[in-house]
Amino acid sequence: MNANVVFEHLYIVLISMAATIIIGLPLGILAYTNKRVRKVILWTVDLLQTIPALALLGIIMVLFGAGKLTVIIGLLLYSLLPVVQNTFLGLDNVDPAIKEAARGMGMSKVYRLIHVELPLAFPLIFTGIRIATVTAIGVAVFATFVGGGGLGSVIYRGIHIQNMQLILSGTLSLMGMAVLFDSIMAMIEKKLYCRENSVKITNSKS
Amino acid sequence: MMDFFMKYGNKLITAIITHLVYVLVSVSIGFLIALILGILLSRMPKLSKLILPLISVFQTIPGIVFIGILFLYLGMIPTTVVIALTIYAVFPILKNTYTGLLEVSEEYRDAAKGCGMSPIQILFRVELPLALPTIIGGLRMSTIYIVSWAVLASMIGLGGLGDFIYIGVSTNNNTLIIAGAIPSALIAVSLGLLIDVLRKRVIPKGLRRDML
Repeated sequence: MNANVVFEHLYIVLISMAATIIIGLPLGILAYTNKRVRKVILWTVDLLQTIPALALLGIIMVLFGAGKLTVIIGLLLYSLLPVVQNTFLGLDNVDPAIKEAARGMGMSKVYRLIHVELPLAFPLIFTGIRIATVTAIGVAVFATFVGGGGLGSVIYRGIHIQNMQLILSGTLSLMGMAVLFDSIMAMIEKKLYCRENSVKITNSKS
Repeated sequence: MMDFFMKYGNKLITAIITHLVYVLVSVSIGFLIALILGILLSRMPKLSKLILPLISVFQTIPGIVFIGILFLYLGMIPTTVVIALTIYAVFPILKNTYTGLLEVSEEYRDAAKGCGMSPIQILFRVELPLALPTIIGGLRMSTIYIVSWAVLASMIGLGGLGDFIYIGVSTNNNTLIIAGAIPSALIAVSLGLLIDVLRKRVIPKGLRRDML
């Protein structure tokens, strides 16, 4: 096993996470602002995650052929749920009094969303991104079945040639990556929540 | 379409049944183990502070590894798949059982104690019913994961719907991929819905109005 496989795995995960955020954030905002499509959006992303990963990748492979693109699209669809759901919940949980105050100051809907609601919802949105990232690192092992490479191919080859060392090295790198991302992002998350709470405390004092 | 069913119909039905058996057996065993371990852990908060983070780390191991490693030791038998999937099914249910039991508020426990219930009675008649919706939430997560990982049984030649996806992917046969993917997706979705119904049902009567 060489380091390239680790980077390949990381590359797949990061690209698809970027895509997930770019698509998931607007979807979550849409679910928040538009009551009519809310149910459809939340239900669809829930359904997407229910579909077995390999089945999802298989169906996408029929459309896009084998390769990294298929894996990235598959991971993107699979990771939407936590991001969309948390964006919606985060926005929905913003204190109504704050929303009211923003409206009272004459802020437009869009201005309110960008300058008041989204910043307040950000910690919860970040939690969603963290969950999605850690899940994506694990699910990306399926990439090997549709020609996407990554750590899955190391584990898979190890199983095929019955080489325990290969399996373990693949697995440990994978676990290391997941734990590393999880703990770094958890640390950032903690800071975000602290910041929000301190704002709340100073607000209530004044 | 007809051609396909003439050719593969029987195989498809066998594959669906095999897949379902893998899922149901391993999730049921996993559920029992997780429930017992979860109850035990909730009685020892100090120990669980050490064990729960470890479980989260273990959970990052993909199912393919469990199946692969057990395959090397046990060989190509269905037990390999069932054990691997069972181990995997335990984690989410265990975690939710533990958090569910800890989230039961102290007032209920005090009230039960005041009524003269023994610890066992409190566990079975107060704590578990109150934690059940959370526990069932873990069951749902486990079931959906397991339907997904059971696809890998075919990687070591043990059937299930993975056979279709697997052969389809490696021979570039789109019909076979779809024939495996759609039923496995349907199984996951319908089991998920079934458990959702169950979760609504198990909310204790007195709490149902609060939840709505």
